[in-house]
Amino acid sequence: MPIPVPEPISRTIETLYRTESGRVLATLVRLLGDLDLAEEAMHEAFAVALESWPRTGVPEKPRPWLISTARFRAIDGMRRRARLDGAETDLIAHIEARNSDAPTGEDDEIEDDRLRLIFTCCHPALAPEGQVALTLREICGLTTEEIARAFLVTPATLAQRIVRAKAVIRDKAIPYQVPGFQELPARLGAVLLVVYLIFNEGYSAETTGAGLSREAIRLGRLLLDLLPEPEVMGLLGLMLLQESRRAARTSPGGDLILLEQQDRSLWNREQIAEGISLTESALRSRRFGAYTLQAAIAAVHAESSSADSTDWRQIKLLYDRLLRIHPSPVVELNRAVAVAMCEGPEQGLRLIDDLLERGHLAHYHLAHAARADLCRRLQRLPEARASYEKALALLVPDNDRQEAERRFLTRRIEELK
Amino acid sequence: MKYICFGYYDKDKFDGMTEDERNAMFDTCFTYDDHLRANGHWAGGEALQSAETALTLHWKDGKAITTDGPYVETREQLGGILVLDARDMNHAVQLIAQHPALRYGNTFEVRPVGDMSEIMKASEERRRHTVR
Repeated sequence: MPIPVPEPISRTIETLYRTESGRVLATLVRLLGDLDLAEEAMHEAFAVALESWPRTGVPEKPRPWLISTARFRAIDGMRRRARLDGAETDLIAHIEARNSDAPTGEDDEIEDDRLRLIFTCCHPALAPEGQVALTLREICGLTTEEIARAFLVTPATLAQRIVRAKAVIRDKAIPYQVPGFQELPARLGAVLLVVYLIFNEGYSAETTGAGLSREAIRLGRLLLDLLPEPEVMGLLGLMLLQESRRAARTSPGGDLILLEQQDRSLWNREQIAEGISLTESALRSRRFGAYTLQAAIAAVHAESSSADSTDWRQIKLLYDRLLRIHPSPVVELNRAVAVAMCEGPEQGLRLIDDLLERGHLAHYHLAHAARADLCRRLQRLPEARASYEKALALLVPDNDRQEAERRFLTRRIEELK
Repeated sequence: MKYICFGYYDKDKFDGMTEDERNAMFDTCFTYDDHLRANGHWAGGEALQSAETALTLHWKDGKAITTDGPYVETREQLGGILVLDARDMNHAVQLIAQHPALRYGNTFEVRPVGDMSEIMKASEERRRHTVR
């Protein structure tokens, strides 16, 4: 029978859940050695709070209270299960021993725990979709249903991904620790990729997107707090600079507006200022990587008042550097567009045709759309139309995410008829 | 949020258990149910009598027709339902994963409750307009 909880206390607890559950969970995973056990114990602790705080008042330091209550409940629960099948007595003794010398609620230690949990959720042994789902649930505190809605899958599908990811962590006994110095760059790369995947999911999804992008930026900030590495700065800068254009990127009717045509007065100046400052700090470190370079490119755009006055030569040079550390056909394509802007469409077109001839990007709709755009500028209209049509044909049928792109390409084809 | 857990059991297997075995199963299951209650996760639940006690209704030739037995005849029968209060689907899954009934070979299907509030609101609106 649920007992009605006074409104202010239940609101305090809900707020506390949002702000503290990530920290509480991270420490409990260390103390209990198991993600499922920690999660359940945390939920129990919040349930106990809901039941007892109306009588006792909110403790002065809620976080240590929640941690110790949860730990107590977990051991209690294990004793109960041990009575059931008698198998876990060793484990209980082990956890009790671990708890007796483990101070809880200390800020430094909590932050270490959060970082450990991030590295666990983004461990390369997990499938990428599992990493993303687990990170959003365990670090950002989103529910299965919220994540499922953002990724347009059913809660059951998403729940499975989380169950599988947790099973991998358990079966492979993935250690709960921040990787050592030697391993760090590669492992940090995996974490940054998860954050950027979440951000990009938000970038492309029109309706559910803003929420995911916000979560990714929040994650970026948390990560920067915990681990102030140049590439973390670079990624956060990149995300802020891209997010600054959100309001200008689509028309009120949901149509795509290209960078060139965007109303730059709609760009978010605050995000731009922060993004540029982070990017500059990362560049100064001289230990930056691909995210920082992409942020630097976004910063050049952000600083220009129009597409014409943009320093395209600078952008081309940044793409040259990006290509050296991160060779990829997509980067080559972007470089080709920058070349077209500073050296003329013919030069850009030559590079794109060369890319397509090499068989790269033949199935990438944006390569054909970029080619079409350059042909249009060169007044090679039938060719432009054919390339727009190729791009349109490469969109996945019935993919809502690509609806705005579909409308954009259709409009261009109509204009050329 | 609420989750309805449908518990299925194999009646032949159940009938083949000794009384002691059955009691042991009930005791452990009820202990866990108490645990769910104590932690505020239990939002209700009922056991069902066996499937042959069921009466099924449907509409045929302008009237309601009744037939003996369950709507779907399967080897595994629906033995009961349990309504869980959990933070999200994975929390519900985690709570049910520990239910001792599973260890006795029973199966649970977990489903989130549907939110009909919008549909109900729209329906009330429609009905208000049709009533003079």
